[in-house]
Formats: sequence, C-alpha cells, structure tokens
Amino acid sequence: MGENRELKSILATDCGSTTTKAILIEKQDGEYRLVVRGEAPTTVEAPFEDVTKGVLNAVMEVEELCGRKILDGEDIISPQNGQEGVDLYVSTSSAGGGLQMMVSGVVKAMTGESAERAALGAGSIVMDVLASNDGRLPHQKISRIRQLRPDMILLSGGVDGGTVSHVAELAEIINAAKPRPRFGKEYKLPVIYAGNNKAREAVRDTLEETTDLSMVENIRPVLELENLKPSRDKIHDLFMEHVMAQAPGYRKLMSWTDAPIMPTPGAVGYLIEMIAQKEDITAMGVDIGGATTDIFSVFQGVFNRTVSANLGMSYSICNVLAEATLSNILRWVPFGINEEDLTNRIANKMIRPTTIPQSLEDLKIEQAIAREALRLSFIQHKSFAVSLKGIQIERTISDAFEQVGTGGTLVDMMALDLLIGSGGVLSHAPRRNQAARMMIDAFLPEGITQLAVDSIFMMPQLGVLAKIQQDEIKKNAQEAALHVFDKDCLIRLGTCIAPVGKVKKRRPLLTATFTLNDGSLHEHQLMLGEMIRIEVPFEEVEAVLQPEKGIDVGAGSGERITAKIYGGAVGIVLDGRGRPLALPEDDSERMKMLKKWSAALEEYPE
Amino acid sequence: MAHAYTPGLKVLHETKVQKERQLPMKGDVLAEINAQVTPSDVVASTHIPGNVRMVNVANSLNVEAGDVPGYMTEEIGAEVKEGDMLAETGGLFGFFKSSVNSPVAGTVESVSSVTGQVVIREAPIPVEVDAYIRGIVTEVMPEEGVIIETDAAFVQGIFGIGGERRGILDVLEGDRESVVNVDSFSTDHAGKVLIGGAHLTLEGYRRAQKLGVAAIVVGGYNYSDLKAILGYTLGVAITGSESLTTTLILTEGFGSVPMARRTYNLLISHIGASVSVNGTTQIRAGVMRPEIIIPLDVTELTGEHGEIDTSTGIDEGSLVRVIREPFFGQLAKVLALPSALDAMQSEARVRVARVELPDGTVYTVPRANLELVETD
Repeated sequence: MGENRELKSILATDCGSTTTKAILIEKQDGEYRLVVRGEAPTTVEAPFEDVTKGVLNAVMEVEELCGRKILDGEDIISPQNGQEGVDLYVSTSSAGGGLQMMVSGVVKAMTGESAERAALGAGSIVMDVLASNDGRLPHQKISRIRQLRPDMILLSGGVDGGTVSHVAELAEIINAAKPRPRFGKEYKLPVIYAGNNKAREAVRDTLEETTDLSMVENIRPVLELENLKPSRDKIHDLFMEHVMAQAPGYRKLMSWTDAPIMPTPGAVGYLIEMIAQKEDITAMGVDIGGATTDIFSVFQGVFNRTVSANLGMSYSICNVLAEATLSNILRWVPFGINEEDLTNRIANKMIRPTTIPQSLEDLKIEQAIAREALRLSFIQHKSFAVSLKGIQIERTISDAFEQVGTGGTLVDMMALDLLIGSGGVLSHAPRRNQAARMMIDAFLPEGITQLAVDSIFMMPQLGVLAKIQQDEIKKNAQEAALHVFDKDCLIRLGTCIAPVGKVKKRRPLLTATFTLNDGSLHEHQLMLGEMIRIEVPFEEVEAVLQPEKGIDVGAGSGERITAKIYGGAVGIVLDGRGRPLALPEDDSERMKMLKKWSAALEEYPE
Repeated sequence: MAHAYTPGLKVLHETKVQKERQLPMKGDVLAEINAQVTPSDVVASTHIPGNVRMVNVANSLNVEAGDVPGYMTEEIGAEVKEGDMLAETGGLFGFFKSSVNSPVAGTVESVSSVTGQVVIREAPIPVEVDAYIRGIVTEVMPEEGVIIETDAAFVQGIFGIGGERRGILDVLEGDRESVVNVDSFSTDHAGKVLIGGAHLTLEGYRRAQKLGVAAIVVGGYNYSDLKAILGYTLGVAITGSESLTTTLILTEGFGSVPMARRTYNLLISHIGASVSVNGTTQIRAGVMRPEIIIPLDVTELTGEHGEIDTSTGIDEGSLVRVIREPFFGQLAKVLALPSALDAMQSEARVRVARVELPDGTVYTVPRANLELVETD
C-alpha cells in the first residue's frame, strides 16, 4: 500500500457503558464531514455478553439513516466499493466500567502523583494511589489491592539511581496481595514498572512470576522532569492486549478495527491535546456523565485529565448532594422548596437514573445540581493539574517578596481560550443558553473565553481517528478528525467576557464595543452584578474592551483590549458578577438576582 | 419505533426462580445435584488466603537488608505462632543478641534481601455459602458453587439496604397507604419479614431493629433518614454489605408513596409463608434490585408461570408506573405512543406516551419516565 491511502469514508464507534454510538464520516468536495450517527444499547452485559452485537445494531441504524450498505452479515465491508462499505473502521470503549487501575509511587506527592497523571491521561479510572508515605501499614495496602481488584497496576517510584528499597517494598506488597483481575480468572494481572532504573532487577525478581510484568522508562527520571508518554502508551497496549481482550466480544471487535481500540476518555484527551497544540490555545473540556465527570485541560502546554469518580447526574447524583451540601445546591434554585421533598427527588433520580425532567421546576433543580457537580469536579481538577512538586526553583531578588512554591495549579482562568462542555445535562439542555449559564457559573471563566458544547459526544471517535499511527492513512485520518471536529462536532455557543477586580457597588466595570460582520456597531456598559447577552451568530466580531481602573479583562488592570471574538448559538455574554461569585445571603434577594440573570440570558420560558 | 423499553420491577405470582450460590474463590461444593435444600443449608465452603503482615526485620535487628536471610531462624514455609522468634543476630561472643518475633500466627511466606522485610501470612479464613432459598439443586459447578431452583412468588423492590434475611411473612396494621411508625411494631414481630404501607419513619425502623425484625418491605422512606441508619450519607446506590440486622426494602422509592396495589395484594396473600429477602441493590451497568422470594408448595402451584415477554417493551395498552414528578408513583395505562417528539413544560423535546391514570385523567409523559409493570 502506498503512502497517503485515500479515505473516502470512515466508520467510528464508541462503546459506552450504556450506549454504543456509531458515526459515519465521508469526504465530500475535498472535505471530511459527518454524515449520520446511529446508536444502540451496549451489549457487554448478560444476556448478550458480546459487545459486537451493540456495535452491529448501531451500524445498522447508520445504514438505515444514510441508505448505504456497510455490513455484509456480521462483517464490515472494507474498503469502500462503489456506494457500499467504508475505507476505515475505528472504535473506542468504556464499556464494562472502563479501565480501572491502581498506581503506586514512593512519595505520594511526587512519583505517586506522576503515576496518577499518566494513568488518568491514558483514560483510566485511578482507584487508589499507593505510596510508601501514604500513612497506611503494609497489610492495609495489601487488603486494599485485594478488595479493589484493579485491571492493571502502574508501579513507579524513585528517580533514576535513587531509592531501591522503597520501590522493592512496593513490589513486595503487590506480590503479597496476589491480585486477581476483574475479568478472566486464569490470566495474570498486568503490572507496568516505570520507576528507578536501578530497581528493575529487584522488581523483576519479586513480580515476574506472579504478574504479567512489563517495564518502561522511568516516569520521573529526575525530579525536574516528568516522562509520562512511555507509561501512557504501555497502558494503551495492555488495555488492548489484556483488559479488553478478556471482556465479552472484544476479541472479535479488535479483529474488525483498523487501529487499536482506545479507552474513551483517553481518546477525548488526545483530541483536546491535539487541538490545543495545533491552534496554540489553552483549552479545557468537561464531560459530565451519569456516574462521573471528566475534565481535560491544556494549560502552559501541559495536558491534564481528572476523573471525579462519584460526581455525576444520575448514578452518583446523591454523592453530589452529599459533597456539595444541600445549601449549595439550593443557592442556584430560584424558588422555595421543601428540603425533604428535594432530597427525596434527588434520591429518586439515583435509583431511576434514566428519567428526565418533565416540569420546568424539575429542570431548574437538575441544572442547579449540575452546577455543583461541575464546580466540585473543577476544584479537584485545579488541585491536580499542578506544576511538578519537589523541584528546585531558581529564585532572583525580585522573588523575595512573592515566592510561589512548587506544585501550584496550572489552571489559569484568565488564560483559558476555549471551554468545551459535553454530557447529557449540557448537550441536551432544552436551550443552549442554559448550557452556557451552567458552564459560566461552575467554571467562572475570567477575561475572554469561547464556549462550546459537543452536542452528540463525538470527541471519542474523533480522538481515536486522530491518533492513528499507520503511515499510509495517518495524514488523512488526522485531517478527517480535524475537519469534522471543526465543522460538525462542536456547537459554538459564543464568548463569555468576564472582567475581574474590585469596584464599589453599582459602578461600571467595563465599556465594550463590538463591530459585527455587517458593519453594525454595538456598545454596552457593564455594571457590577449585571449579566448582558448580545445576540450574535457564529461569526468573527471585533471587540474593543475598556475596563475601568482596577478592573482586568485580560491585558492587566484598567488596560484596554482589542480582540477578535466569536458569536454563536448563545452570542456574547458579558458577566459583571465578579470573581469569586458571591450570591446574596438573603433568600428573597438571591432569588431576585437569579431571576434577573436568567432573564438577561433568556434561559427559561416566561 | 412503536414501543419503548424501560425494564420494570417484577411482581410475579408464580415463576421459576434460580439462584446462583457461588464461592468467592475455588473450594468444596457440599450439595449434590437434585438435593432438596433449605435456606440455612451450607452448600459450598472454602478458605480464602489469610491476611498478610510484613515485618521489617532489617530495621528491628539493625542490620543490612542483604544480611537478613542469614539471620532468619525460621525458613520460608515454616509455620509460626504469635511471639515465635523469626530472626536473631549472633551478638557479641554470644551476648547482646537482638531478635525479632512474629506479631501474628501464620506461615513465613517470603524473606527479602532488598528491603529486609519478612512476610507472614495468617491462617486461611473459612467462608461458607448457604442455600438462601428453599429449593432443589439443579446444577453443580465443581469447586465453585451450585444453582438452586424453586417455584416461587417473586417481587422486586426499587431500593434496599441490608443483605440476605429469612423469616415468616407478616403484615403490619393498616393498608398500602398507611404510614408505618414506632407504634406499628410489637414483640410478635421479632424475626419476621413485615409488609408495610406508603412510608416508614426513622423511629419506626429503629423500633423494628430493636425488636429483631428480619426485614421490612414498604413503599417509601426518606432519603435524609438513611444517614441515621447507615451512619454515612449514601452517595451511590450500591448496597447490601451493610451490617444491619433489619433489612429494608422500598418497593416504590424515596418519600411517601403508597405501595403498588398489585405488590401489596400479592405479598399479603402469602402471610405466614417462609420467605427469603435480600436488600442488595446495585444501580450501575448490571443492575441488581432487592427481592422477596416466596417459595411455593406443590399444592399451591397452578403451572401458569408468569413469564412475560418484555422484549417488546412498553406498548399501547401496557400497564406502566410513572417514575418521576409530577405523577410519581402512579400506575397508568398507555393509550398511545406517538412517534413524533413532543415538547414538555421544560421545553425538552422527547418521545412521549399518552397515559390514562386510574381516575380517568389523561396525561402526556416522557417515555423515559415510565416503567413497565411486569405482572402475571
């Protein structure tokens, strides 16, 4: 096969824990575009216990919708022949609970954290971080491993040439636990060693017989450097070879795909990382699901992903209530409600997770909970997406008055260019304005931030497409992923402009002038505590923002900014509520403000 | 698509119930095929490996890790009692010896010359699996467990806490709409599985617990009162392992919701029967609901097993339960399943069903908020 094999059509599926989604991409007039999307229930569990059944059903729906034959019995016709078949088939998967890992390192805040970052970045759920200094006794760590039954363990620890005994002790703990994987009773648990190169022999002696041990380069060869890629790649390989191969029907699915199956969040992360790099922007993506909320970010060129395992909108909705507290949820509800009634309603959503809000009141409650789930997940993300800890920083005399320690968060909302939301409560909000409000309230973007939603959660399929390694199709597959991401995947909501700084009550914060494509000029003065929406479709807008003294909108206190921004389904939102956002303590005052902001954004019907 | 499918809860007068009784790891199966078993019969047993203790011998003896194997007084594989010496230094001319004793009884599993740690594994822990229900062993999985089958009336709840319990079925005073409180219980209720009405109060549950009630089956309970029973806030609906003496099963949900008439009537028709219940709930992929199993005697069997074809899902004429406000808990009949999407008050455009409530009023409800009631 020659280089740059043509790809006229691409089929991509994502096998989620409840739904399998298939998309068909075709090259039309030199550009790749999404043609149709089909979905069907995932069939990993009994009575089917074969993931390919759900894949075939989803593909059959695609066939029906586009009137094109893709399947020949249970085979995907490939390559495309006339109007039949497709040139490429790829898939991601999070079925069966996704990839569940334990990681370990010598010092929890250093190698332990690096190992956690590598595992999360590869798309895994990290069940626990074992570390020599985590305060637990060896037998407690052993029973923890036994109890959790991870799919895989990433063992790291020590810089190259550093401690051997601590790493060897961790290996001994893993060996003593005799961990059994969740799937496949007979096979050995995969363990990846990515620690001190001098401890390799000791680790090999301890774990080679009892586990399926593989070794990669040290995740932290020196304190100042984090080397996550070899571990992440190895996790992907083992996910395919071991974990997925044991799950029902996956061997068959693997034989169908033209590229390795990736864990769903791993694929999303890869796509966001690629977009940020290609466009040279800082970006953040959030996916709020029924059980978990994933956040992906690229700040200062560093990619981070966190999974808030029990912050979701259905299965774990009561955990949001427990962690956020009822009063924090109630502060977003613009009407009075009996507290017992509210907690029972929330708990009923947990035990019947597929129900949807029928009344407007119910919708507002659900969106109040979503704000808190997103806010809490974001707090976790900020505390995890940090610079490396324990390294030496060269300081100059100018740092004498303001010394920032290592391990500070990388998340800088003023620097954020693009915030992408996905997941039912954001993607399927009856009005896009509601999605924009939820994202603004939870993440509190500062300065100029573009907002978007992935309406049908296509990012996993595009991520796996973008990561294709085969030389002959790599270029076209990446091009397809980028085209579809740009044209079909995102619904651009518009831009949020949020000035920060201190002013006295009822003073203006900012004067903004927008020049639209048709040459029309819009001028607005934003007062403290006010929200303004300007209806502008997705087009380039020239914005001139003049903040008041003491107010910053990106260029510094009181500094004027001229920027190219974008409108969208919602338009341009001026948020004058200040950061951090403080809601009035008094209930009637708070409800009045909530209603005023909702009205400004036309969030709900009158 | 002319129908929708939301799996409902089973309320069956007569069905075949199969229970897999499996060991957590390989062991001995004690029941034979076709054997008649009662709930308390042990059908399989095994030993799981004991806990592990790590002893840092190098530190205790103040020697290099590499020298530890040379100081060991017990070999790998040796059985030791608590306090037995594991390792000892030679001392100086036979004096000033240091030694390390085993903190627990067990077997010396490994000695590391890299870390200086010695691993002692405690004695294996015995595990037994009982039959849980009265029935016949229809399959033996060698070294793993058995499958027990019985003809039974079978009711699923929506949520429960507490694990497997057994007892005689009895009904509390009142009807399916009553509130069960502290006065509803008496000493006669000890060891029984009790059927209540719409709501159980926290004080009621506490009284039942004090009296040694085996289980309570009731329409609803307040979510905020769960914490008082469990000692923690329940964040996700994964239950069953709580150490509660009184299992609680909700048939409808949280709050005060009258127990569905069919569920109530079926349960009270078996008062006096010996039943097995389990509050274990897992609402995730691979959902598990709490259950009440009432094994039937041969004389009670009609042969009309209530196996309902649910594969077609909700259809016109189906009996459904509304599972979200504003009509939460009400049973209804499906009149029509329009194919076009319809806008709700929330403005969400969804697939809907036209349903008729028992009082004759007709409403439009999102299909996702309906649950098929599986009855026979």
